[in-house]
Amino acid sequence: MTGEYYVCTGCALLCDDIEVETEDRKLSKVHAACLKGVARMKGCSDPLECTVDGEKADIDSAITKAAAILRNAKNPLIFGHGNSSSEAQKISIGLAKKTGAYIDDTSSFCQGPIVEAILQDKLRTCTLDDVRHKADVIIFWGADPSNSHPRHLSRYSYFPRGKERQRGWEEDRTAITIDIRKSSTAKICRDTRFYQIPMSADAEFMDAIVSGLSGKIPKTSFDFDKKRILELANVMKKAKFGVICVGLGLVYSLEELEPLFKLMEKLNEVSNFYLIPMVGQYNMRGFNQNLFAETGFINRVKFNSETGNANHGAENSVVEALKNKSVDAALIIGSDPLSSLPLSVARYLTEIPLITIDPCQNLTATRSTVTIPCALGGVEAGGTAVRMDGVEIELKKIVESDNLSDKEILTRIMEAI
Amino acid sequence: MANVMEIYQLLPKTNCKECGKTTCMAFAVDLLGRKVKVDDCPPLVNEAKYKANYETLLEMFGSVKDVTETGLIVHNEKCIGCGNCVVACPVNVANDPFGAGSGKAPTSDKVIFKVEDGVVKARNVQECRRFGENKILCVACIDTCPTKAIEFV
Repeated sequence: MTGEYYVCTGCALLCDDIEVETEDRKLSKVHAACLKGVARMKGCSDPLECTVDGEKADIDSAITKAAAILRNAKNPLIFGHGNSSSEAQKISIGLAKKTGAYIDDTSSFCQGPIVEAILQDKLRTCTLDDVRHKADVIIFWGADPSNSHPRHLSRYSYFPRGKERQRGWEEDRTAITIDIRKSSTAKICRDTRFYQIPMSADAEFMDAIVSGLSGKIPKTSFDFDKKRILELANVMKKAKFGVICVGLGLVYSLEELEPLFKLMEKLNEVSNFYLIPMVGQYNMRGFNQNLFAETGFINRVKFNSETGNANHGAENSVVEALKNKSVDAALIIGSDPLSSLPLSVARYLTEIPLITIDPCQNLTATRSTVTIPCALGGVEAGGTAVRMDGVEIELKKIVESDNLSDKEILTRIMEAI
Repeated sequence: MANVMEIYQLLPKTNCKECGKTTCMAFAVDLLGRKVKVDDCPPLVNEAKYKANYETLLEMFGSVKDVTETGLIVHNEKCIGCGNCVVACPVNVANDPFGAGSGKAPTSDKVIFKVEDGVVKARNVQECRRFGENKILCVACIDTCPTKAIEFV
């Protein structure tokens, strides 16, 4: 062991207590990281090759070709960013501005609305360290961190001892799961602390909790046990430091955030509650913050190539832009839209010139005109990233790599345009 | 894992004493405690009528290999390395309050659980509260495991 701590980039928890053993420019052993983090940090089993038109090429010609594609495109799309360092994201935003591109990331069909509300100060948030030291009531709503963020419960939210929570989870903390199915996290929270609700009933359940908090009888159309809702409202009311961890289940279920705002407002009238989005990719929140600082919007932006003004709207999201076929080239950084988006939407990507920058081979890369391998963020390249709660974390380089970092690749593409 | 009665039901129940134990129930108890092997029961191995039961028992005990001397088993294929047991284990908390007890990577060599390559590894098992003179039935690591990867036999 090196005795030095590194940061895991497996998810947006960015655990910074990872020790590693290295051998021949690869990580041979990773200590303390979960299986998800180990899989990412040990690198890809199938690395991406540098290609142009399906033929092996050197990095210079790949960059020249990529720059030519972006230069000739009227409305290119730049998508990905969740697995890039903040520095690379900033250059990517500059590149979008220069080429008049659509720029978006996975938050546009993920935690976007919640992060936006937090950045606009519409929702009260705290850091994960606050959660560890102070939180006594933790609610996982539509989230299953035991699978999505394996170390969430052990590092911050439930099991650890903190400054004001010295007696551990059994006496000092109450974890509650609200979900449509009995997830792994729900099993840990036990049956009495698990609230199973029907699909898309989250808004109604929130209203019922608000009624419970206001001393009214909570009614639901799906006839949920009123006593249990009152019991939940009571636990929330008595919380000294409550936190709601918002998962994708809740984001997808809510058509608008109004019920959540109402719940948080009521909770903060009678109690003390905060909210943290369960961001997936390690630097998705970083992209949201960087774009917000630059344009005032967190995602779904189209730059005007002449004036450099940013237009924001649902029509500029990656899904709508591809559906309307309004893009004529695409640059994908550290993402695999052909796998993650519905094929009916993503299929259009195969009809236009496509550039992929990624450490590993993926489906999108197999259909790309240009593929450029980059160094693995947090392992082969350093930088900064923003954790799910908005705290900036410094990533250190662990091993050397022949590949350039995504930041360097984007800088060179920018220079070549 | 099956309980002793379920194991007993799968044995011949003849109390033939060929295994050296007084009764089949005694054999079942020892089998559960990993003191004897399924193959130590001669009628079960040799007689055709017990074949189905023999195979069921082999399946039950065949997959369990690395049992520590105190009977703690970590099923590597189930563990996801979440570290819940590392942080919840009272011995880990007592021995390493600012590392494992506070949710961080263990900083002491005295901890029982430690995550390596995404899978929890048990060490210093003699420190476990389930063993020794003042043993108690602690279930901190079992209860907090989301995949039920830890077991005591």
